[in-house]
Amino acid sequence: MTKRIRNRLIIILAFTLLSVYQFAGFPPSLKNLRKNIHLGLDLQGGVQLVLRVKTSDAIRAETDQTIESLRAQFQKENIPFKDLTRTQDNRFTVTGVDPSKASAFLKIMTDVHPEWDVSSTASDAYAVQLKPQQEATFRQQSVDQAISTISNRINALGVTEPTIQRRGRNDEILIQFPGVSDPAHVESIIQSTALLELKIVEGLGSFPSETSALQQYGGVLPAGLQIIASVEHSADGSQTYYVVHTSGGITGRDLKNAYVSRDPNNGRPAISFSLNAEGAQKFGNITEQNVGKLLAIILDNRIQSAPQLHERITDQGQITGNFTQKDAEDLALKLRSGALPASMEVEERTFVGATLGADSIRAGITASLVALAAVLVFVLFYYKASGINATIAMFLNLVVLLGAMAAMGATLTLPGIAGVILTIGVGIDSNVLIFERIREEMRTGKNAASAVLTSFNRVFITLVDTHLAALISATFLFLFGTGAVKGFAVTLVIGLVSNMFTAVFVSRTLFEIVLARKEASESISI
Amino acid sequence: MIELFKGIKVDWIGKRQIFFGISILLLVIGMISLIQKGKFQYGVDFRGGTTMKVQFKNPAPNIDLIRQALEKGGATHSQIQQLGDPIEGKFQIEYGESEKEAEATQGQAVITKALDTAFGGKYENLGSEYVGPSVGGDLRQQAVMATLYALGGILVYIAFRFEWIYGAAAVFAVFHDTLVTLGIFSLFNKEINLTVIAALLTLVGYSVNDTIVVFDRVRENLKIRRRDDLESILNDSINQTLSRTILTSGLTFLTVLALFLFGGEIINNFAFAMVIGIVVGTYSSIAVASPLVLIYTKLRGQGSAPSPTAVKMPRTAKAR
Repeated sequence: MTKRIRNRLIIILAFTLLSVYQFAGFPPSLKNLRKNIHLGLDLQGGVQLVLRVKTSDAIRAETDQTIESLRAQFQKENIPFKDLTRTQDNRFTVTGVDPSKASAFLKIMTDVHPEWDVSSTASDAYAVQLKPQQEATFRQQSVDQAISTISNRINALGVTEPTIQRRGRNDEILIQFPGVSDPAHVESIIQSTALLELKIVEGLGSFPSETSALQQYGGVLPAGLQIIASVEHSADGSQTYYVVHTSGGITGRDLKNAYVSRDPNNGRPAISFSLNAEGAQKFGNITEQNVGKLLAIILDNRIQSAPQLHERITDQGQITGNFTQKDAEDLALKLRSGALPASMEVEERTFVGATLGADSIRAGITASLVALAAVLVFVLFYYKASGINATIAMFLNLVVLLGAMAAMGATLTLPGIAGVILTIGVGIDSNVLIFERIREEMRTGKNAASAVLTSFNRVFITLVDTHLAALISATFLFLFGTGAVKGFAVTLVIGLVSNMFTAVFVSRTLFEIVLARKEASESISI
Repeated sequence: MIELFKGIKVDWIGKRQIFFGISILLLVIGMISLIQKGKFQYGVDFRGGTTMKVQFKNPAPNIDLIRQALEKGGATHSQIQQLGDPIEGKFQIEYGESEKEAEATQGQAVITKALDTAFGGKYENLGSEYVGPSVGGDLRQQAVMATLYALGGILVYIAFRFEWIYGAAAVFAVFHDTLVTLGIFSLFNKEINLTVIAALLTLVGYSVNDTIVVFDRVRENLKIRRRDDLESILNDSINQTLSRTILTSGLTFLTVLALFLFGGEIINNFAFAMVIGIVVGTYSSIAVASPLVLIYTKLRGQGSAPSPTAVKMPRTAKAR
């Protein structure tokens, strides 16, 4: 054995051992294999959701908040104004500002709200727009916040190995829960915005319909008031409505904690919450000013209950209603994990049952084995001893492929298994290309050694071309694909690269070993 | 030595009219089928809506019974299809193709509720998928773009390694394969979903391989046989690589056939695309790509091969 062959064999052995270690661990075991090769959702079963965050919700909330803050500042600085109105998600108008106070107003805007562009539309009116860059930042932040809120909720639910990440377009979130069998429950927990608002009710009671509520005000709702539906039902079972003050309330942002408690009146499950220092102060002021009125506890724009305020409340409150123990637990969890900054829309929802996943694994393995067997039988029959070369090269190819997948933490999906099968095909393709060339060279009268040498040198160029062309399309597939298809592209790319190694380097070394043992004039079995 | 294709001398290029006729026929058949049907049978990922796979415990109700249950539960306009062997009791339910968005989102819930009411405990939800209506259109567009980009990338690469006409011919042949495969999908009412696009893109890479192997031999022969005309060089190159082309395509065909037969029904459309695509791809690398090179060269008024110096020589790999 020449030194060159020995060195090559060492490299091959090192690669093989490294690959086996990567996917099977040490000592190699099936348990390690299961741990190291991540199965895609389509194989192990579970739920996948793609949610689109409606980031415009967050922008609208930001605009509303700025309006509220301005209203307070105008009052503090004694700036008279007629109206503050949101005109679009990211715009609002200020009208009736006393021209003498114009500079004071502009100063507030530059000092306190520098993220807004102000333009004057009349001597006493202004159009205010969120700076585009700021808007983009807010949108990004709302997605980030949504991701962190969802993570909190999912972790609290105890789902194992969830995946939560941004996907594709910036406002999309991909969530995967392996092994979850009740998609509806998980989804309801994730999706509820859990926006808690505490607002003062105007008047002292509820209305049976929106129209009857409007009638109180001659059909037109005055500014600063809104009608919100309640989950409470009147005696005849119909829905009830309350008129509440739009502003001056507090929101879930001020929430510190939430936990399940009991309604002291009837012992039913309820949710108690506490507020942070800032929220407690605000809440204290509001409740003090409105003792005797009703306080609407609003969750996701539905009034849960509207108890009467008997005294000033600072940092504690309780939400009572018709909750079951599970409802109360879920709600407390959602409130604790924070409100979502924006509502979300389901764009994709995939559920794979465990049975289907197991079926897919079984089918994938069967197909792989059949493909492998068919190819091996043919190659060994057609190329005789050289077929053994091809067989070794092909098995090494699979070993390296699995090793690389484990090392990269790539996910094996059902299409990925198809990728593995195709890799078998492509690997054999390379070997056939080389073998046919060797036969051809030998036909022209070359001896075996020189035929092998010429063929490998010549075919190497072809292989580079074919593999690079295939890599180009596999790369675009990777860029385009999502989920299972991406898994397929990954296997394909790794398979192409490892095949370059096995078909050229490994197969050639094997030929050289055979040739080294023969006289120069002897032929080889091909 | 077992040899299947020994000393083959077929005048492939001379039969180019016949081959073009076959290709055009295949394309036209596909196109007529598509026009007649109006559109492809898109999978749920491309058109939006809900699909659910369920398996009933023995004895499974018949389709009409399931349909009645679904309609009773409010899931009207649903399509039900039996999957696999009737004994298995597997069905696929599709819902919400053109429904209002809000209803479509609830598709899974509606179907589950309807089935629970009628067959509670007697069936299993194997898996379901919902895709929002806006997503489908985006995906379709992305799929087309990905395919075009891949074709463009390959065109540039081959043009860089050979001559631009070789790149153009190879890409044209592959594009032809894609169109023929799509046509056959339409003809057989096969569903086009994301994995089928994955198969098409794989075929783009795979079928261009065969073409490259032939062109690579043409490049080599042009170097050695400066006197011969392009037509005979193209023919000889195809014949010299024919055994390799048929063998490898045959072997890859075997592997995807295994996938088609044993890979289960989720991957079935993917495997079908591969099975068809490999056959068409092999055909086109022999019968479409090389004749195109000849036709172009003749149109440029050169009966003989383009000057070999014009053929970019690859950097030869040094023997170690």
